[in-house]
Amino acid sequence: MKGRRPSLSRAAAARLVLILSFFVLLELLCRAGVIDRVTMIPPSEMVVALAHIIVSGEFNQDIVFTTANIAAAAALATVAGFFLGAALHAVPRVRRTVVPLLSAYYAVPTFVFYPLLLVAFGVGRTALIVMGALFGTVAMIVNTVLGLDHVPPAVARTGQMMRIDPLRQLLLVRLPSAAPHLVTGIKLAVSYSVIGIVAGEFILATAGLGKRIAFAYNNFDNKSMYGLLLLLLIGVMIVNGAMSAWERRLHRRFGQQ
Amino acid sequence: MKSKPLDFLATGVAILLLWQGLCWLVGPDVISSPGDTLARAAMLVVTRAFWGHAEATLSAFALASLISIVGGVTIGLCLGLSRFAAEVADPILSTLYSIPKITLYPLILLAFGLGLSAKVAFGAIHGIFPVTIFTMNAIRNVAPVYHRTALMMRLPWYSRAARIMAPAALPEMLAGVRIGISLTLLGTLIGELFASTSGIGFALMRAMDIHAVVDILALTVLLFGFAIAVNAAFWLVERWVRHGS
Repeated sequence: MKGRRPSLSRAAAARLVLILSFFVLLELLCRAGVIDRVTMIPPSEMVVALAHIIVSGEFNQDIVFTTANIAAAAALATVAGFFLGAALHAVPRVRRTVVPLLSAYYAVPTFVFYPLLLVAFGVGRTALIVMGALFGTVAMIVNTVLGLDHVPPAVARTGQMMRIDPLRQLLLVRLPSAAPHLVTGIKLAVSYSVIGIVAGEFILATAGLGKRIAFAYNNFDNKSMYGLLLLLLIGVMIVNGAMSAWERRLHRRFGQQ
Repeated sequence: MKSKPLDFLATGVAILLLWQGLCWLVGPDVISSPGDTLARAAMLVVTRAFWGHAEATLSAFALASLISIVGGVTIGLCLGLSRFAAEVADPILSTLYSIPKITLYPLILLAFGLGLSAKVAFGAIHGIFPVTIFTMNAIRNVAPVYHRTALMMRLPWYSRAARIMAPAALPEMLAGVRIGISLTLLGTLIGELFASTSGIGFALMRAMDIHAVVDILALTVLLFGFAIAVNAAFWLVERWVRHGS
C-alpha cells in the first residue's frame, strides 16, 4: 500500500460533519415546508417521538415480540444453514449445481410464501419465525460453504489424524478455522431474518413493530410511525455494527491464511 | 465436465421430488404439487394479463437497474479515486447497504405515492449501494504498481483510464453490478407488493389476498426462473471479462 494515509480521525470528523449536515438540511427542508408534514416530520420530532415511545413503554410488548422472533429466526437460520452448508460442501457434485441456484434466491422476495406459512402454522409467532429463518438460511449456507473452502488442508488433515468422528471433526476442528466466514454468514442471516419478519408483520400479524408501523401508516399517525422506524433502524444498526466488529476481529486473527 | 448437464438434471429432479414430498406431507392448501404449479405457470405465460404485469415489472426493473448502475458506478468512481473520500464514505455506505430497506416502505410510499416511481425508487435504493461499494473498492484495489507504470509511460489520462484502470477494476465492478441487479429485482418486487397497482408483485399480492396457492407458487417459480437467467447472464459476462477478451 502506498503512502500518505490521511489520519483516521480526520476522516471520522469529516464523516460526522457530513452526517450532521445531512440531518440539519433535512430538518430545515421539513421546517420550511419543502417537505410537507404528511410525507415526513422533521428529524428532531422523530427523536422526540422515539423518546416518547421509550419512556411511555406503549410499544414495549411489540418490541419484545419482534426482537424475540428475530433472535429465534436468526438462531434457527444459523444452525440449519451451517449444517446444510457443511452437507453441501461435502458433496462437490451437488454443490456445483446447487450453489448457482442459491445465488438467485435473494433476487426473489421469498416472503410471498408467508400466506402459505400462515395456513400451515396459523397467525402467530411460529409462522413469522419460520419466515425469517427461511429468508436467513440461504445466506448462512453460502457463507458456510465459502468458509469451509478456506479451511487450510493441514487443519482438515489434522482433524482426520485425530481419528474423531466426522461430526466432531466438523465442529471442533474445521468450524473454528472457518469462523470469519461463518460470522459473515451469521451477520447476513440476522439481517435477512429482520427483513423476513418485518415483512411478515407488515402483511399480517397480531403484534410486533412491523404491524405497529403499518398500523400507524394507515392511520396517518406519522409521529408513531417515524418514531418506530427510527427505533427499528437504530436497533438494526447497533446489532450490525457489533457483528461487523466481531467479523473484523476474527478476520484479523485468521486473516493470514 | 461431461457430467455437468446430467448433474443439473439430477438436481432438478431431486428438487421436484422434494417439493412433491412436501406437498404430500402438508397438503395442497399449503403447497400445491409441482405438476399443478408448473401447469399453472405454463397457462399463465400465454395469458395477456400476465404479460401486462410482466411488462410493468420489467420496465420498472430496467429503470431501477439503470439508476443503480449509472448512479452506483459514477459515485463509486468518484469516491474510489480519492483515498480520503473513500475513507469518509465507506462506513456510511456499508451501513446504508445493511439496513433492511423494507422498513422504509412507508417513507417511500409517502414520498412517491402508488405507482411506477415508488417501485423504481424501491428497486434503486436496494441496488445502488452494492454497486457503489464494489466500484469504489475495485478502484481502490488496483495495484499501485499499475498506476506507477502508467505514469512512467506518460500515458494521457484517457488511455490510463481505458487501458489500465478499466481492465484492472472491471471484474470486481461487474460482480457488484450482478449483486446490485439481483437486489434491484428484489426491491422492485417488494415495491410492487406494497406500493403498486400493476406488475408481478401486485399479481402476487392479489393471489396472497385470495389465498390462491397455485398462483403464488406458479408466479414465484417464474420469478425464480427469470432471476436465475439474469444471474447466469451476468456470470457469463463476468467470466468473459476475467478470462476471455
